[in-house]
Amino acid sequence: MSASDSAALEIEANGVSKVYSTADGPVRALDRVSLGAKRGEFVSLLGPSGCGKSTFLMIAAGLLSRSSGSVRVGGEEVDGPVDDLGIVFQSPVLLDWRTALDNVLLQAEARKLPRDAARDRAAALLKSVGLGGFEEKYPHELSGGMRQRVSICRALLHEPRQLLMDEPFGALDALTRDQMILDLQRLCLDRQLTVLFVTHSIDEAVFLSDKVVIMSPRPGRVAKEISVDLPRPRTLALRESAEFSAYTKQILNIFLEYGVLHEE
Amino acid sequence: MTDELRRPGELGEPEQLEAEMQAVWERRRARAKRSGILSPILAIGVLLVLWEAGVRLLNVELYLLPAPSVVAGAVGKDMPLLIEHGWITTQEVVIGYLLSIAVGIPLGLVIFLSRPFARAIYPLLVSSQAIPKTAIAPLFVLWFGFGLLPKVLIAFLIAFFPIVISTVVGLASIEQEKVYLAQSMKMGSIATFFKIRLPQAAPSIFGGLKIAITLAVVGAVVGEFVGADAGLGYLLLIANGNLDTPLLFAGLFALTLLGVVAFAIVEVIERIAIPWHSSQRAETALASQ
Repeated sequence: MSASDSAALEIEANGVSKVYSTADGPVRALDRVSLGAKRGEFVSLLGPSGCGKSTFLMIAAGLLSRSSGSVRVGGEEVDGPVDDLGIVFQSPVLLDWRTALDNVLLQAEARKLPRDAARDRAAALLKSVGLGGFEEKYPHELSGGMRQRVSICRALLHEPRQLLMDEPFGALDALTRDQMILDLQRLCLDRQLTVLFVTHSIDEAVFLSDKVVIMSPRPGRVAKEISVDLPRPRTLALRESAEFSAYTKQILNIFLEYGVLHEE
Repeated sequence: MTDELRRPGELGEPEQLEAEMQAVWERRRARAKRSGILSPILAIGVLLVLWEAGVRLLNVELYLLPAPSVVAGAVGKDMPLLIEHGWITTQEVVIGYLLSIAVGIPLGLVIFLSRPFARAIYPLLVSSQAIPKTAIAPLFVLWFGFGLLPKVLIAFLIAFFPIVISTVVGLASIEQEKVYLAQSMKMGSIATFFKIRLPQAAPSIFGGLKIAITLAVVGAVVGEFVGADAGLGYLLLIANGNLDTPLLFAGLFALTLLGVVAFAIVEVIERIAIPWHSSQRAETALASQ
């Protein structure tokens, strides 16, 4: 890889390993994982449960330490929580005692951003994901999909260049999920976000990504990288197309080959 | 009635059905509200009737078990006495309780924040609960006399423990993802504490506060038993010594009332302080049934 190439990478990991110590001895969760995401690129980490993909995401965010290897985000070596990236977790992680708007504004309070401007931006964000009129609702008054939308708004409030998402739609029903995927695509295109998206859904990964990084079961290694060359904005009908199926079939075969899935 | 009982041809327009269902829902809600008040009253009423009938039918001696009507008479007759002594006990309970909050919550915080301190203090803390309060109460009387102070201290000593434990448990119960969230947002540790950890711990702390208020009443009475010249516990002892069982029961009634009212006040404060918590949304859940 030449110097100019690596400079263009917004998120870059080289040989990242993670060894946990457990009661039964050391466990290697990640084994020399390398990947890169160019600016504005949507990269999915796809793999079975326990392959360390969430661990990798937390390492990329600087929330977990790595045992070896290097991670650069926005051109800077990760050492502690990365300054201005946005994170969406598996669960919405909303504060029950705050309204939707105030939950989004938590980001501004934490970063001490000017309050009025943040307020306008938060309201606009909520509106853009279809939550106009729900600003003053509390989390328990919102559906699962709405809650996750609020958490996406919170992750975007400070206008980060990178967005890390850890199976954000895993707990949602299929229809809500489809809508969320469409909305996310639009948000990412509008904002030219560089996204690292962890999922175990093949469809989700192919639909959203420019590049799918497939991980093998424990210890987590990169099994294969597949570039998804489908025009954007992608529509739900695209999922029925032959090109789309070709990608999913290719990924399915890799999982069959690694024994993640078996038909016998 | 709702539509199940009607044949399809008799079903009205959806708007009409909606209005009917709305009416049914409101009636059900009103009924639920009414039964929320009525059923406990009914249960107590049945108990009192059984008690009264049992005492009369079996001719139980007055000094053993007075009938509720007799107790009611004693409450009426000795009302000034009950109020006078009840006020003393109330003061002991309130001061002891406030003291247990003032010490219990900060102590819980420090235990949570400092592991070495937690290790050092825990055995002491647990021993303080293992010691029977009736055993140290005489010592307190010896040290602090017959006044308010020893009772306040015993009420405090019994009540502060659940507050400490519930504070520690509440603070420790935060999910890892919330910690990550705060870190990823570069939230300072003081802001994280006040904006996330403390509110997160509030339901648990209130659980401890509710246990503590009933214990504070017990503590005050224990203190009065050991050495006092006033208070409901003192009144109970005197009544017992004189075989004035109706007064004894009147005193018990006053104590129960004190405990229930104090508990209810804490519950109201909880409802105001953490309206967002699921335990405070019982009515919504009931109405949506």
